[in-house]
Amino acid sequence: MTVELQVDEGWLTVCELSELVPGRGVAALLPDGSQAAVFLDRKGRPYAITNRDPFTGAYVLSRGLLGTAEGRTFVASPLLKQRFDLETGRCLDDEEVAVRTYPVRTAATSV
Amino acid sequence: MAAATPTPTPAIVLIGHGMVGQRYLEALAERGATATHRITVLCEEPRPAYDRVHLTSYFSGSTPEDLSMTPASFMEDHGITLHLDDPAETIDREARTVTSRSGRVFPYDVLVLATGSYPFVPPVPGKDAPGCFVYRTIEDLLAIEEYAKTRTSGAVVGGGLLGLEAAGALQGLGLATRIVEFAPRLMPAQVDEGGGAALLRTIQNMGLTVHTGVGTQEVVTGDDGSVTGMKLSDGSTVSTELVVFSAGVRPRDQLARESGLSVGERGGIAVDAHCRTSDPHVYAIGECALAADGRVYGLVAPGYEMAETAAEDLLGREKEFTGADLSTKLKLLGVDVASFGDAHGATAGSLDVVYSDSRSGVYKKVVVSSEGVLLGGVLVGDADSYGLLRPLTGSVPPVTPEQLVLPAGAGAPVALGPASLPDTAVICSCHNVTKKAITAHATVPEVKKCTKAGTGCGSCLKVIGQLMPPAADKGLCDCFAFTRAELYEIVRTLRVSSYQQLLDSHGREGARGGDGCELCKPTIGSIIASLAPTLGASGYVLDGEQAALQDTNDHFLANMQRNGSYSVVPRIPGGEITPDKLIVIGEVARDFGLYTKITGGQRIDLFGASVDQLPRIWARLVDAGFESGHAYGKALRTVKSCVGQTWCRYGVQDSVRMAIDLELRYRGLRAPHKLKSAVSGCARECAEAQSKDFGVIATASGWNLYVGGNGGATPRHADLLAQDLSDAELIRLIDRFLMFYIRTADRLERTSTWLERLEGGLGHLRDVVVHDSLGLCAELESLMADHVAHYRDEWAETLEDPERLRRFVSFVNAPGAPDPTVKFVPERDQVKPDLTILTLEPVGSLGGTR
Ligand code: SRM
Ligand SMILES: Cc1cc2nc3c(=O)[nH]c(=O)nc-3n(C[C@H](O)[C@H](O)[C@H](O)COP(=O)(O)OP(=O)(O)OC[C@H]3O[C@@H](n4cnc5c(N)ncnc54)[C@H](O)[C@@H]3O)c2cc1C
Ligand code: SF4
Ligand code: FES
Repeated sequence: MTVELQVDEGWLTVCELSELVPGRGVAALLPDGSQAAVFLDRKGRPYAITNRDPFTGAYVLSRGLLGTAEGRTFVASPLLKQRFDLETGRCLDDEEVAVRTYPVRTAATSV
Repeated sequence: MAAATPTPTPAIVLIGHGMVGQRYLEALAERGATATHRITVLCEEPRPAYDRVHLTSYFSGSTPEDLSMTPASFMEDHGITLHLDDPAETIDREARTVTSRSGRVFPYDVLVLATGSYPFVPPVPGKDAPGCFVYRTIEDLLAIEEYAKTRTSGAVVGGGLLGLEAAGALQGLGLATRIVEFAPRLMPAQVDEGGGAALLRTIQNMGLTVHTGVGTQEVVTGDDGSVTGMKLSDGSTVSTELVVFSAGVRPRDQLARESGLSVGERGGIAVDAHCRTSDPHVYAIGECALAADGRVYGLVAPGYEMAETAAEDLLGREKEFTGADLSTKLKLLGVDVASFGDAHGATAGSLDVVYSDSRSGVYKKVVVSSEGVLLGGVLVGDADSYGLLRPLTGSVPPVTPEQLVLPAGAGAPVALGPASLPDTAVICSCHNVTKKAITAHATVPEVKKCTKAGTGCGSCLKVIGQLMPPAADKGLCDCFAFTRAELYEIVRTLRVSSYQQLLDSHGREGARGGDGCELCKPTIGSIIASLAPTLGASGYVLDGEQAALQDTNDHFLANMQRNGSYSVVPRIPGGEITPDKLIVIGEVARDFGLYTKITGGQRIDLFGASVDQLPRIWARLVDAGFESGHAYGKALRTVKSCVGQTWCRYGVQDSVRMAIDLELRYRGLRAPHKLKSAVSGCARECAEAQSKDFGVIATASGWNLYVGGNGGATPRHADLLAQDLSDAELIRLIDRFLMFYIRTADRLERTSTWLERLEGGLGHLRDVVVHDSLGLCAELESLMADHVAHYRDEWAETLEDPERLRRFVSFVNAPGAPDPTVKFVPERDQVKPDLTILTLEPVGSLGGTR
């Protein structure tokens, strides 16, 4: 199985599903030079948001820890610990801030 | 009704939008009066009201926005019109209009003057030269900051409380700072002679130069007209490039004066007990007012009281302001200074009880009447008891006066807590809130919201916290209802070695089956790691499920910096290093382009490594016999040492060897918070062991062990746990101490706070770890033996495993590619993060909406 991300150019293969550790993330370089953070939760569901932490500008969200708050899966930024809902991109600690999310899916590995 | 209200919606004009002006608006809003009045505010400053009391915090990172006291939508929500940057210029009391600088005319039914005061600048030659400033507004601070950038020295005229604050700010800006005070002591208005002496010593120890008993006669200027020095009244001349005048404030009563309102002989707009001026349509409140008791109050609490009084009076309600308490507690230059009640012992027949310790700069005095009633006091250097003493003023305290001033631990223990205060005691003097009003609420945030207590100077917060019932939910986080110590016991006795298993079996109902959170994951990861050998779990922190639990730094085995790069801090046990190893560190830094800095912990930090460089850097270090150390992680950091007996003429033991032994023994030990240690070779204490979680000081016959010390934001001196220990006894005792701490402390609780909280305190700790009163020692020792036996070098181990190394790439889909956002720019012959890249919106504006 591979993990794929939808960008302007279509579905982009990011990595093998087995490369993702549940509860953690990885960063992916996108064709336009921007960066996405791709995560897997405990139930095996993938998520993708931008890798840029809007509070510090650093490209580090992929290195945050996942968690669940009121049934929603979030990632906590490793720098100043603000949490972002992985489905909507909304910041749970500051309602004025949100990050972009990307559609993401798993697909059978094409040879 | 105080003022005639001829029109259906009477117009209120408020002149001055400072702290008291804003409080007045809030008081009106709380009473619904904003709905029934048309309110216009004329504000001279370019920004709405802000917290002038905490002005100085601008220099420690608060932004002007942080200091703002006006919630964004306040004016709009209450239909108030605010004119910034447009001061009132004239008042026509006949026509009842105010004209502003921009020429606008505002009719009023009620006029409120809250114009505050202005800094008094003594009329000395040169006082207006470039380089002379006052200290009152955010604009003043911005100007000082700008001017100081290219200067190296500064002076403050005036050693009162504002002067000391200004001096602290100048020193913080990197200027060599002096204070010139006309009176024979610092803070003459607040403290007595003894307090002034304690303050002087402490301030001199901080590197400030203090001149007391001399006046400033002239500001000397150079060729370009800017400040170069000051001539003092003792004939001397001192050099300085910047002068801040802080010689007192004067009420801003000019507008009132010009419009024919009565003003006091020495200034201040005269008001009655309802804050009405000589014209019944006009009120004056705050620092510009001369209160009915004949005083001008230069503090914010009385101003707030006046704001409430004027608001009540407007609505025809009975409230009087007849004077206020001048108690203050301040932290000036890091020194606590407090005075309350009759601090100078002016009451006839009053008696003083004084405690003074010039070594530690502590001075405490209480003034009592012959009947034992507490009248007032002065506290310098240690003002912890202020929150209790001030409310007790006017009553006979439940303990003797000596007990009120003796430091904790000296003499008889003081059984005095907030519980002993009467219900009527005023706990928050800024907002005049009593103990009764506070204890009606269950949490500090609730108290702040409902009573405003604690939202002024904040000095009452400690006592408020002590008055709150213990939190009902002591749970670690939203996932677990257990404390860290309880979870430790669960993991240990049920031998749970999986976080998910623990979450599903012992988590809160709603959290089971979920992903947990960023608080409990690392905490439980740490508990499992410190019990790993006992649980039969892997000790390697990145194995299996453990990997997903670690904070980012532990996950990458290095410290993340602000631009997403990492720092590497090679372990240098005891601070001892060979020239060859020093050279290797230099070579590694040079080859990878890293910024190097000597840390505060006797190590060398290499900053600016990208994720993919980390393994290559470790490999070089491991080859040279280093291990990368923990500067991250809730684990042992460094064991500092002094050079000790081997070289130092005073040393009585080999402190370096002991420090190395301790560092190697406890490295890698996971704990509730980080652990620091130090070993000094004699009582001169060059290694600062008494500020460490466990500190060791050599004696002629062995070692003294101190525990529970802390530097950081809330420093604490360590307590002596045991004396004259042999090497083996010392190590055994530290083993027990550390394991007992790991077992019972809360998440992120350093040994200092843990020891303060521990029931029975040091005595209990000694019983448990020295006298084995709980029969735990054998187990504690064996846990530590397991730790030592199973220690592994996490970095070397990571290097050996290609699977593990795969994580160290910037991008999972482009393993060789460097992260283009991790860039550096030159600074002082090295590099620093290029932060401008991070401020750019990412390509295609894909980033956050911030
Ligand atoms: C590098 C260093 C500053 C320096 O350039 O000198 C430093 C840097 C950091 N310190 Fe420190 N501290 C450093 C010595 C100290 C000292 C001095 C000492 O150890 O003798 C103290 C006061 C002593 C103490 O801890 O009691 C100190 C008190 C703190 C605190 C406050 C702890 C407290 O209990 O109040 C924090 C915050 C925390 O840990 O929660 C902190 C946190 C940090 C963190 C980890 C902040 C962070 O999360 O990014 C910094 C990261 C280091 C890095 O990225 O490499 N640092 N820090 C020093 C590393 C020493 C070393 O070799 O390990
Ligand atoms: C650095 C510093 C530290 C302090 N620390 C403490 C402390 O720890 N504890 C304490 O109790 N107090 C402290 N104070 C004093 C406290 O700030 C004042 O008591 C408080 O601000 C008084 O409020 P106010 O509204 O009367 O005056 P201000 O806050 O000075 O507000 C008056 C406002 O009126 C404006 N104004 C004046 N004339 C006009 C006009 N004609 N038209 C329009 N606007 C006008 C002024 O520009 C100003 O904005 C400190 C003050 C300073 C400067
Ligand atoms: S603590 Fe004592 S032995 Fe160590 S360097 Fe200082 S004076 Fe010398
Ligand atoms: S005493 Fe100042 S906020 Fe309570």
